[in-house]
Amino acid sequence: MIDATALPRLLHGPSGRPLTLEQHEALFVSQTPAQSIAAELQASGLTGRGGAAFPTWRKAEFIAGQRGHNKFMVVNAMEGEPGSHKDRTLLSANPHLVLDGAEILASLIGAKHIAICVARDNPTVVNHLKRAVHERERRSLRGPKLELHTPPWRYVAGEESALVHWLDDNESLPQYRAHRPHVLRISHNPAMVDNTETCANVGLIARFGADWFRKLGTAESPGTALVSLTGAVANQAVVEVPLGTPISTILARANADPRPQALLLGGYGGSWISGQHVDTPYANEFLRPLGATVGAGIMVVLPRSACGLVETQRIVQWMANESARQCGPCAFGLPSLAEDLTHLVRTTRDAEAVLRRLHERCGLIEGRGACHHPDGVVQLVRSALKVFADDLRQHMSGAPCAPSRSNQHVVKVPTLEHEEEQMWE
Amino acid sequence: MGVRRKSGGFVLKVNPILCDGYGHCAELAPDLVRTDEWGYPIVVAVPVPLSNLGALASARYAVRGCPRKAMHIERVADES
Repeated sequence: MIDATALPRLLHGPSGRPLTLEQHEALFVSQTPAQSIAAELQASGLTGRGGAAFPTWRKAEFIAGQRGHNKFMVVNAMEGEPGSHKDRTLLSANPHLVLDGAEILASLIGAKHIAICVARDNPTVVNHLKRAVHERERRSLRGPKLELHTPPWRYVAGEESALVHWLDDNESLPQYRAHRPHVLRISHNPAMVDNTETCANVGLIARFGADWFRKLGTAESPGTALVSLTGAVANQAVVEVPLGTPISTILARANADPRPQALLLGGYGGSWISGQHVDTPYANEFLRPLGATVGAGIMVVLPRSACGLVETQRIVQWMANESARQCGPCAFGLPSLAEDLTHLVRTTRDAEAVLRRLHERCGLIEGRGACHHPDGVVQLVRSALKVFADDLRQHMSGAPCAPSRSNQHVVKVPTLEHEEEQMWE
Repeated sequence: MGVRRKSGGFVLKVNPILCDGYGHCAELAPDLVRTDEWGYPIVVAVPVPLSNLGALASARYAVRGCPRKAMHIERVADES
């Protein structure tokens, strides 16, 4: 049995040489926990690691209560966030732990298919998973059928309704859900979507039990989290930390800038927090007063030599381009947000009016899309206006900061694609 | 007109994917819907009581008059 307080829990073995099935089974000795797996999952208090932090047991219970003979268990390893690389690191370190968790969740909800979804621009990870699936099929063909799927990479393609829509032989576009809770369906069969890291944690809980799992982390958010660090970091790393670790410790473990100007938490639809909050514990209950969440475990470190407004403008511009252009408020609203931000960054004469319009548009766009893509962008813009208020005043007074005039950027943003070039299926 | 309901409310809802911003709803139910700068509807989010028959009638006009059939009325029970 692996020591409960020892790290790493998830990332065993060197990344890039995934553990084979034999190595995996030698490391994680199979053992049955005290109670049933559903009870252990509920007692563990595991929440989804894909961003929403919804209790996994409640989702499993809800889908288990749905009718259907051919239910689907979907493992979401799409990683739409450019700042995130935790899923591909986990899958290239120990794919069998993820597949274990997926099989356990599939047995909990009564699923007959497991669909693992990896974006197709990631051939290394796809090959690792092909090999892992093949190893399992050689061992035995019993249990739910493992299928590997490679949807196109888009920011919103990893959203659960878009992913399920793609698996149902359609385009990978988010869908409107009139009533919540909504049951996602693949050819009329209920489907449960869970993040890669969530599945890996389920694999651990089913082996060692809830008490073991709760030995790390806080009471409200137990367990560990994989944090992807980018920005002012010596080498872009994924570190595994117990939830509730001070952010400064996480920065030190990744050799990041110890006194950053600001941090972007949660993803490109997350929020900025000021660098003075580096001692805050990294868990949702401590970050919520600052207006941030753990989200998908993304942390972008902004050094003091960078301009937060310029970086936000670049992110918003890219996010506006990644909109699926289905809903009016998102298709027209996000480009206009980006335009307003550009006006603020490059000094204009009517900066006051632009700022007022930006605030107004943020209020207009929020909550009016089919998915939460526009809401995330609005949250990012609002937090940027709050955290970089001093910078903003300088920019508006006609004296933009020095870094905003250089071409050196910190935040990783993919190149903009033309609308015609974007692939959705 | 059937049973006159004394309790409960309704919310007019838009499917933003279907909606193409024709703006008919804002003309048919001006007390419930206004349009943003791009012509897409902003619907009152708080439930309107069902006893407000005028609002309910105009909401029905908006649902029937939508060229993309993007609107529906959702009944909301009273909180008790």
